Amino acid sequence: MNPIESNQLPLDEMLISSYEMSRETIVRGDISKVELMRDTALQHFKTNRFPDSTHEKWKNTEIENLTCEDFVQLIEPAQADRNMDELFRCEVHNFDTEIVSMLNGWYHDSNEKLRTLPDGVVVGSFKAAMNAYPALFEQYYGEIAQNTLNGFTAINTALVQDGVFIYVPDGVNARKTLQIIKMIDLEENLFVQNRNLIILGRNSSLSLMHCDDSINQHSSLVNTVTEIFVSEGARFELYKLQNLNDQSGLVNTTFIRQMADSTVKTNTLTFNCGLIRNTIHINLDGSGAHADVLGLYLMDKSQHVDNQIRINHNQPNCTSNELFKGILDDQASAVFNGYIHVARDAQKTNAYQNNNNILLKPTATINTKPFLEIYADDVKCSHGATIGQLDQDAMFYLRSRGISKANARLLLMYAFASDIISEISIEPLRNRIDDMVKKRLRGELSVCEKCVLHCGSPEKEYHFDIDYSKL
Amino acid sequence: MLLNIKNLHVAINGKEIIKGLNLGVNKGEVHAIMGPNGTGKSTLAAAITGREGYDITQGEIWYKGKNIVEMPAEERANEGIFLSFQYPVEIPGVSMTNFMRTAINAQREYRGQAPIQAGDFLRMMEEKKKLVDIHEKLTNRSVNEGFSGGEKKKNEIFQMAMLEPTLAILDETDSGLDIDALKVVARGVNQLRTSENAFVVITHYQRLLELIVPDFVHVLFDGKIIKSGGRNLALELEEKGYEWIKQEHLV
Repeated sequence: MNPIESNQLPLDEMLISSYEMSRETIVRGDISKVELMRDTALQHFKTNRFPDSTHEKWKNTEIENLTCEDFVQLIEPAQADRNMDELFRCEVHNFDTEIVSMLNGWYHDSNEKLRTLPDGVVVGSFKAAMNAYPALFEQYYGEIAQNTLNGFTAINTALVQDGVFIYVPDGVNARKTLQIIKMIDLEENLFVQNRNLIILGRNSSLSLMHCDDSINQHSSLVNTVTEIFVSEGARFELYKLQNLNDQSGLVNTTFIRQMADSTVKTNTLTFNCGLIRNTIHINLDGSGAHADVLGLYLMDKSQHVDNQIRINHNQPNCTSNELFKGILDDQASAVFNGYIHVARDAQKTNAYQNNNNILLKPTATINTKPFLEIYADDVKCSHGATIGQLDQDAMFYLRSRGISKANARLLLMYAFASDIISEISIEPLRNRIDDMVKKRLRGELSVCEKCVLHCGSPEKEYHFDIDYSKL
Repeated sequence: MLLNIKNLHVAINGKEIIKGLNLGVNKGEVHAIMGPNGTGKSTLAAAITGREGYDITQGEIWYKGKNIVEMPAEERANEGIFLSFQYPVEIPGVSMTNFMRTAINAQREYRGQAPIQAGDFLRMMEEKKKLVDIHEKLTNRSVNEGFSGGEKKKNEIFQMAMLEPTLAILDETDSGLDIDALKVVARGVNQLRTSENAFVVITHYQRLLELIVPDFVHVLFDGKIIKSGGRNLALELEEKGYEWIKQEHLV
């Protein structure tokens, strides 16, 4: 079937009519829970539509600039005309990942739609998984994603057809890092929706990388909703790498529920994209749960990134640590909205929240709003935000040792970013991200021919780049 | 003459701090600049090393036969001018090793040399660390981060040893140092003295000059050098204070 043309309808109308005209195709293979949720979610969407910057929570993010564009939507996968295995090959040295590839919003695997890895981890497409594991979908699907949050989540629930399903059974420690590589490669402006469902059983562990990339210069709008359930004692790490072209928009909404004594670390690394809205909602629903929510954004030109973090301390003895750092150049803009909610009974909560920014030019903008709402009386919470320029004393110190102004700037920017990078616990990934940050700061990281991690070309030696351990 | 400052006037935010200063320094010499607080000693150091915000409104600074007043700070450094900071800056996230290697390679690039080999660089670090008794671990840390006052000053001399400048300006290197650290710093400086380089030592106190013996002593007051002499001038100042020179100057 051909893509549904937009017929000059606004995106929201186009999506509603797409649902009404192609409902049969969209719901094909659905289990009843998923199908029923679609109708409810569509009603939400019909009422609320897409948000725009007149909404309080979107006032600094002009999402209407994207939702007013013409897009096509693929209700069935398009044929790929490239060698996809080549495209999805990962070239990070010593980094052996289990790759899950998505092309233009569709699960791409020439062999199988659902597989069980030797260690017991189940990975597959959303559609295939709901039929193979209906009980897990009954228990988890749609349980934490809020269709009322905004039109993006609602329309995702209503229309989504594919995404990634991961299930780590009780006690299983995933041997390899899973890597979801999502690529957009279509000669038309594409609207893509994905829904990911990730379930970690008790005392299990998983590291996941989620790479969003585009490989051409066409405009796209990606709307991803991810639900993550982390059971008692489980450990989960999520690295999001965002490197899309300047015409693209990415609305990435992640809902996480953590049970007792579980730990979650998310690290959102934003290198390039026209407009990004990252929402992370974490519910700490069991005593002793811990969340590290980290992020780094390096934006220039007219790029925009918006990080909305909400952490709900619903139970006592939970800890959370939030740190987002950003460097903004040219006319780039960023929003940080951190919200920590401590429920009445969540005693002994320890929550830390910080957002630091460097504006390289007076034309760059940051709107930052750390926020705490506390109903318990025995808690330790702190928050802070800084906006600054590069430290001029440090600049002179470096230059007085013969280091050029340009290299001194790079050194200081890199130093600023380093405490986010150093939190990456997978060493080959950390080294790779380290290189990417340097490359980005030098203005040499473009949207590559291939995905972020496939840049392939050996790194240049940077004058400030020295790894002591290799000496 | 290695350094020849002629009728130098320096203003910060429009306020004149240095008001017609002359100073000549030859290779192989050590010059001490003394004077009460707020007379322009650190401003002079900043003007020679090219710090932004220090406007040279009049006069010339000749170094190795070039007037350097328009030269950017990094180029002056690569030409062999070094400043030991009164307040060394902490730079979290930049390791000492990374910093020094970057600086050494900048200097080498300026001279048209290839970047230093990793092994050579490490050996050089080891050798120079001994010169100032700098703790092994300090070079693995971020630049000056969490260093004590004494460690920071030793670190300045360590950097000086690494970069081997032709003209080193020590801006109150003795401030905040106990006598043991002071001895270590002075020993480091004395070992680096050759007939081919020169030092300008800015200090309040005679005690540093007992350890780093100057050839000339200058008194800076109200933005000008109002008295110059040999090393005995420092002793005289120690004994009598600055008041008599001020009086002499005002008459």
